[in-house]
Amino acid sequence: MNETDLGWLSVPLAMLAGAIRVSTPFLFVSLGECLTEKSGRINLGLEGTLVFGAMTGYAIAYHTGSPWLGVLAAGLAGSLFGAVHGYICKLPKVNDIAIGIAMMLFGTGLAFFFGKPYIQPQAPRLPSIALGGWSDIPQVQVALQVNPLFLIGLALGVAMWWGFKNTKWGLIIRTTGDSAPAALAMGFKVDLVRFLATTVGGFFAGVGGAFLSLYYPGSWNEGLSSGQGLMAVALVIFSRWNPLACCGAALLFGAAGALGPALQSVGITQGYYFFNAAPYILTLLIMIASVSPKRSLKGAPGELSIVK
Amino acid sequence: MTDITGNQVEAAPARAAAFDRLRQSSEYVAIPIFALVVSALLFSLFLLLVGKSPSTFFALLWQGGFGTPFSWQNTLIRASPLILTALCVAIPAQLGLVIIGGEGALVLGGFAAAAAALPFLSWAHPWVVTMVMLVAAMAAGGAWIGIAGALRHYRGVNETISSLLMFYIAVAIMNFFVEGALRDPSNPNKPSTTPIGDANMVGPMPGMDVHWGLAAGIVLAILLWILMNRTTAGFAARVTGGNVRAAQAQGLPVGRLIVAFCALAGACAGLAGFYEVTAIHGTANASLAAGYGFTGILVAFLARQNPLAIIPVAVLLGGIAAAGGLIQRRMGLPDATVQVLLGLMFVVLLVSETLYGRIPFFRPRGEAK
Repeated sequence: MNETDLGWLSVPLAMLAGAIRVSTPFLFVSLGECLTEKSGRINLGLEGTLVFGAMTGYAIAYHTGSPWLGVLAAGLAGSLFGAVHGYICKLPKVNDIAIGIAMMLFGTGLAFFFGKPYIQPQAPRLPSIALGGWSDIPQVQVALQVNPLFLIGLALGVAMWWGFKNTKWGLIIRTTGDSAPAALAMGFKVDLVRFLATTVGGFFAGVGGAFLSLYYPGSWNEGLSSGQGLMAVALVIFSRWNPLACCGAALLFGAAGALGPALQSVGITQGYYFFNAAPYILTLLIMIASVSPKRSLKGAPGELSIVK
Repeated sequence: MTDITGNQVEAAPARAAAFDRLRQSSEYVAIPIFALVVSALLFSLFLLLVGKSPSTFFALLWQGGFGTPFSWQNTLIRASPLILTALCVAIPAQLGLVIIGGEGALVLGGFAAAAAALPFLSWAHPWVVTMVMLVAAMAAGGAWIGIAGALRHYRGVNETISSLLMFYIAVAIMNFFVEGALRDPSNPNKPSTTPIGDANMVGPMPGMDVHWGLAAGIVLAILLWILMNRTTAGFAARVTGGNVRAAQAQGLPVGRLIVAFCALAGACAGLAGFYEVTAIHGTANASLAAGYGFTGILVAFLARQNPLAIIPVAVLLGGIAAAGGLIQRRMGLPDATVQVLLGLMFVVLLVSETLYGRIPFFRPRGEAK
C-alpha cells in the first residue's frame, strides 16, 4: 500500500484509528466494572484479570489454532477470577478495595508465571473486518480495520444500558447496588446477585485481555497491560455508571492513548514520554473535574464503598 | 491468714485479667501467622500441580533469604526500601486512606535526588550533595503522595486510583528527563542520569555490608509509631481515620491532617528512592521501579498497618524477595514465582480478616455470644 501524504491530518486520523483499536480493552473492562459496581461492589483487581485473560487467550489460541477459542478461554479465566473475588468479598469484615489490590498482584503474578513459555511463539490473531473500502486513502482503510470484538463491545454496552432500565434482572442489580436492605426486603439474594455480577464482570475483563494479546498489540509479553484495568475503574466513575457513556469514554481513552504514537509518526518526538502518559493524566484530570466532595455523584450506586 | 488469703484472692483475678489481655491481643499475631501458614500450604499445592517440589522450594527460600550471612545481607538490603514504602501505606491507612502509589513516590524521589545533585557534583562537599539529595527526594515523594491526599480531601478523588495513576505519571516524568535533557551521554546502553560519583554514595553501616537505609527505616518506623500512638497529632489523625465527620465536629483540621500525613508518608517512600540511588544504583534510571512500592503494600497489610510490626514483616518479605533469584536458577521456575507467592499471601491474609472476633479462644471470658 502506498502511503498518501496527509500531513497534519494524519494526527486526528491516527487518533481515530487508535480510538477504535486501543479502546476495545477499555470498553470491555469498563463494562465489566460497570456491571459489578452497579450491584454495589467494586473490583479493583480487574487489572490482574485483564493480564491473566490476555495470557490465557494467547496460550489457548496458540495450542488450538483458534483465536476465538482463546477469547472464550480468556473470558472463562476472567470469570474464575471474578468468582473468587465475589466469593471472598461476601465474607464479613473483608475490605473489597484491598482484596482488589491483592487479586491484581496475584493475577499478574500467575499470568507471568504461566505465560513465560508463550513470549516467543506466535499465536493466530483475531481477524478484522475492513470497513474502509469506500475510501482510496490507505491510511483511512487501515484506520477502519475494525475488530469484531469492538463491535461486540459496543453492542454489549447498548444491551446493558437497555437491560438496566427495562429488564427484571436490571432492576434486581440496581436495587442490590442502591440498597442492600431494600433488595433483601424484596426477597433478592444480595450476596448471590453480587457474586454473579462480579463473575460476569470478570468474564468481560478477561475478553478485554484477550483482545490485547490476540489483536492489538497482538502478542503476549509482560508489559502488555499498563494500568488499563485500573483506568477502567476511573472511567466507570466518569461515565456515571452508564454503559452507553462507558462506550464513549473508552473511545476517548483510546484516542488519548494513540496521541503519543500519532505525534511521533509526524515527526514530533519531543515530549514523547509525556504523550505516552496522556491516558493517565487524562484519567486523573477527568476524576478531578468530575467528582466533588460536596455532593454525592448522580447515578452512583448507594452501596458502593468507593464513593461513600 | 485472712490477710494472705485476702491478697491471694486479689492477686488471682489480676493475674487472670493480665492473662486475658495477653490472650486477646495474641489474636493480632496468631491470625496473621495462621494466614502465612495457610498460604504456604496453598503454594505447596500449587508447586505440586506444576510438578515442582515444595520442600526444595522452601529449603531454597530459607537458604537464599536467611541461611547464610551473605543471604542475610541481601535480605536486609531489600528490607530497607520495604520498610519505607510500607510506611507510605501504613501512615495514610491510619487516616482511613488506601494509598497504593508508593512506587511512584519512590521513583520520583530517587529521580529528584539524582537530578538535584547534578549542579553540585563538580564542586560541593559530599555532605552538601547528600543533604541536597535527601531534601529533594523527600520533598518530591512527599509532594507526590500529598497531592493524592489533597485530591482526596478537597476534591473527593479516590486516593487508591489517583495514587496508582500518579505512579505511571512519575515513571513518565523520569523517562522524559532520563531519555532527554538529563541523559548521561557517556552511557549509551541504558538511559540514566549522570552518576553521582563514588564520593557521594552512602556507604555501608559499620560491621556489615548493608547501607544506612536500613537504620533510617527502623528509626523512622519507631518514630512514626510514637507519632501515631503517643502524640496529640497522631491521635487527631487516628480520630480522622475512625470517623471523618466526628473529627470535623471536634474541630480538627481534617484537611491539613490528611495532607500532612500523606506528605509524611510520601517522604518515607521518597527516602527509599534516595537510598536506592545513593546506595545501590548511583544514578536514576528505569531500575528504580523494581516493585518495592507494591511489595510494601503487602508488608503494610501483613503488619496490620502498625509501624513497629512493619520492621519484622519487611525482613521476612525481603528474605523471600532475596531468595527469588536462587529459586529461579536452581528450580528452573519463572521469576514471577515469588510474585505468585506474595499475591497468594496477600489474598489469604485479607481473607483471614474475617476470622477476627470469631474465635472464642481470643474473646474475653463471659462475653455474650
